[in-house]
Amino acid sequence: MYNTSRLHRLAMSAAILLNMSVVAVAQQFKANSIVIERPWTRATPAGAKVAGGYMTITNTGSEPDRLIGGVLPQAGRFEVHQMKMNGNVMQMREVQGGLEIKPGQKVELNPGGSHLMFMQLREPLKQGETLKGQLRFEKAGSVDIEYSVEGLGAQGPQQHDH
Amino acid sequence: MRNISRNAVWIGATLVALILAGAILFGRVYLRDDGGLPSVAQIGGPFSLVDHHGKPVTDRDYLGKPTLVFFGFTNCPNVCPSTLLELTNQLEELGSDADRLNVLFITVDPERDTPQQLALYLSSFDSRITGLSGTPENILAVEKAYHIFARKVPLEDGGYTMDHTATVAVMNSRGQYVDAIHYQAPSKITRAKLNRLLGLGNS
Repeated sequence: MYNTSRLHRLAMSAAILLNMSVVAVAQQFKANSIVIERPWTRATPAGAKVAGGYMTITNTGSEPDRLIGGVLPQAGRFEVHQMKMNGNVMQMREVQGGLEIKPGQKVELNPGGSHLMFMQLREPLKQGETLKGQLRFEKAGSVDIEYSVEGLGAQGPQQHDH
Repeated sequence: MRNISRNAVWIGATLVALILAGAILFGRVYLRDDGGLPSVAQIGGPFSLVDHHGKPVTDRDYLGKPTLVFFGFTNCPNVCPSTLLELTNQLEELGSDADRLNVLFITVDPERDTPQQLALYLSSFDSRITGLSGTPENILAVEKAYHIFARKVPLEDGGYTMDHTATVAVMNSRGQYVDAIHYQAPSKITRAKLNRLLGLGNS
């Protein structure tokens, strides 16, 4: 009995580990020295015209690069924004001239900081969908990526278990 | 010599008076008894707006029940949907007790957030949340009454986004400000505030 459950647990752990590594590989995208990990966005409320794009971007090279734009087919406009809480006031600014990624730097795009802003959405984004998109870097050029669409209030990408 | 000691007495007396005044003020603001949830600030007041069904409403329509008031806009990617989702989760957890609350989502962007747009947007959240829009003048007036900062920020494409206060104002059943729920406050703390507001024990 003890042995069976232990074996079972071991098998489960192995399966989970295997799944996680598959996911990690599937959610990593590269262009020259730019590595993009786990792009995600959130499901949007009905009638919402905006959504945020989040991920980590690492520059493994020796030259600085800049994220200067991109495309999400569901959105009419794509910008890089910076969100900040100033006391109780939420402030949103466009990042002028693109987002710099210094050599060796890992930049986190998240809901409470720098993020992509998808505007003029043509359709709601639904939880569980995978969206194809593209990012454009000054030096690394264009990179095709895929976003996982998480829940409305998600604070990060889920570990998908299949 | 005599003058110096007289000055010292005056300075001392002034200091004592200042300390006393500070202590009284501190006591009134921070050590208030929350049993009856007394009003603590001149926040709130009359307003005249339109709800998401297109019906004209005033502040008087929401008296008799405690009211949560949140200002935002539907072109808001993070703070507004996150807060509305948190409020939705709270209302669902409270179940029928939440029927004894008003929850208002007042737009800071009346140009784009018509009652129809608010109705569509709020269909993704708890149906007990009411959206309010109105003329730019009336929205400005309600922002002022609730001490809400809101400002248009132009974007490169000619469009705009909004900076705005992200705090939820908690009003008692007489329409007086009693508390605030800050952005990203832990759900447990918000729940305790709502329980107190509704006279429920902390579960």
